[in-house]
Amino acid sequence: MKLIRFALAFSLTLSAGMAMAEEVRVYNWSDYIDEELLKKFEDETGVKLIYDVFDSNDVLETKLLAGSSGYDVVVPSASFLQRQIQAGVFQPLDQEKLPNSKNLWDLIKQRTAPYDPDNAYSVNYMWGTTGIGVNVDKVREALGDDAPIDSLELVFNPKYMEKLAACGVHFLDASAEMIPAALTYIGEDPKTQDTDIIAKTEPVLMAVRPYVTKFHSSEYINALANGDICVAFGYSGDILQARDRADEAENGVTIAYNAPKEGAVMWFDQMAIPADAPNPDAAHKFLNFMMDPENMAAASNYVYYANGNLASQEFLEEDVITDTAIYPNEETLKSLYTTIAWVPRTQRYVTRLWTKIKSGT
Amino acid sequence: MNLRRLILIAIPYLWLLLFFLIPFGIVLKISLSETAIAIPPYTPTLDLSAGWQGFTAYLSELDFDNFSFLAEDDLYWKAFLSSLTISVVSTLLTLAVGFPIAYGMANAPEEWRPSLMVLVILPFWTSFLIRVYAWMGILSQGGLLNQFLIWTGLIDTPLTILNTNTAVYIGIVYTYLPFMVLPIYATLEKLDNSLLEAAEDLGCSRIQAFWLVTAPLSRPGVIAGCFLVFIPVLGEFVIPSLLGGSGTLMIGKVLWEEFFTNRDWPVASAVAVVLLLILIIPITLFQRNQQAQREADE
Repeated sequence: MKLIRFALAFSLTLSAGMAMAEEVRVYNWSDYIDEELLKKFEDETGVKLIYDVFDSNDVLETKLLAGSSGYDVVVPSASFLQRQIQAGVFQPLDQEKLPNSKNLWDLIKQRTAPYDPDNAYSVNYMWGTTGIGVNVDKVREALGDDAPIDSLELVFNPKYMEKLAACGVHFLDASAEMIPAALTYIGEDPKTQDTDIIAKTEPVLMAVRPYVTKFHSSEYINALANGDICVAFGYSGDILQARDRADEAENGVTIAYNAPKEGAVMWFDQMAIPADAPNPDAAHKFLNFMMDPENMAAASNYVYYANGNLASQEFLEEDVITDTAIYPNEETLKSLYTTIAWVPRTQRYVTRLWTKIKSGT
Repeated sequence: MNLRRLILIAIPYLWLLLFFLIPFGIVLKISLSETAIAIPPYTPTLDLSAGWQGFTAYLSELDFDNFSFLAEDDLYWKAFLSSLTISVVSTLLTLAVGFPIAYGMANAPEEWRPSLMVLVILPFWTSFLIRVYAWMGILSQGGLLNQFLIWTGLIDTPLTILNTNTAVYIGIVYTYLPFMVLPIYATLEKLDNSLLEAAEDLGCSRIQAFWLVTAPLSRPGVIAGCFLVFIPVLGEFVIPSLLGGSGTLMIGKVLWEEFFTNRDWPVASAVAVVLLLILIIPITLFQRNQQAQREADE
């Protein structure tokens, strides 16, 4: 599936013709855009678009920190963006070239401001929550009808995980998501920088680790949709895409997503322009294009993530705007929390802990 | 005349300098620095404009902290050991599968041999990554293998093979098999059949003749094949990360994590330096063996 899409994006960029002088290189998450939009951008602006994908913030960050990545637009998550701004990776946006920024949603701008003060370097692309995706029938089969599918209990209590192991469980391979979730589960502050407190998550994660089939940040979309696994702790939109693919395939798999009731991480993916972007002008054009309400709505309708564009909401399909798994209601919105980047010492401790947990040593 | 000779000798050394020593020097340099939030993400960086003084100041800031960190943390030793175990086991497995194939090829009618050879090389025509992905499709819970086994009635519930060490071994044996088969085949093909006839004339059974004649004479091929498999498997990253599960600990993965997840280029470089030092031992042994072989041939 991904391959086909990739090939499609590739041929799109090829067929766009060699005559166009201006080009823009965009590096975004995998399965994260409606490819029609890429073509539309080329048709409208005459700028050749080269679209490339990654599936973890780590890969993106390493490319950015190595310098001269060659990309004009990149889409890191906000907590990573914060550190990258410190490292001098990005250039401030030229607001004059972004007339469509009037469409943005103040609520989201406020929430991203702690990462990027005044939103000077970035524009929100999508935002969502991190939570639990389940194959409803298989989980009921394993745990009975009262399975706590909306609670962190499901993934952090060995009592449940033991029974789920047989049908397969995926965890995100992202300590920045899993550690805060485990902290929430044991009732600690998910934003803590204190390594002694973070250490308390080790026994919790170690206890369920034997039942985790795989730590991976994108494979669970297909695995859930195919029925290969029954539980995934992952990103909201990815799980909803899995739900959609299963529906399309009519393979009898029913997927449901829930943000854990104990509180869920709210994350933001931000479009930004690297300081050494070869073509910042075209990059601004791309950002402005994406901030067009209809374009942004098309992207959300395709990927099932909420966006930070208020004006786009009238163009959203009914099943997107009314789905509380995508656009949470006021109450849930309050229970969502944001995380910030760890200081280097804590970061080192966390990654080491994460490696230890993943390998079980 | 002398100049020509000098150039001839200089070329391999230049190659070694450009593609081994200089990159190694860069890695070693990074392994002695510290991480920082910057581009590139380590400090200090060498500022050539500051001249000699800048260079000495730079040198004084380097230290071996990252190496002592590796020694303190048992993760790295466990990963090295586990990689070593996986490499040894999969080398032996590849040998067990590869030798009979090479033996069969060498004993096949002469006109078949070229086509058999092509068949062994044929998988290389497809990208290595795609072949590993294909294994994911075969080994997964709803994959071809499980469907087949359930169809035959051998099992009722699908086996969990993907994301385990078993899958890693299958992937490695499959991928590296040609590297084992080809050198063994090369030695077996050169084997003088009259030696076997002589052994049998002198009262050896066929099995005895195999152990007394074929096995020792194929030794160089076996050793070459084993090294060709063992060395790349030790640092293998793609196969364990695609087919392996969370319990598969290999140094290639640890290296990747240090570099990408931790953004700790210095520690990642230190791991790479240690890995290289460990690899030098089998490579030197291999070289010695080759040389001894060459001398024996003369």
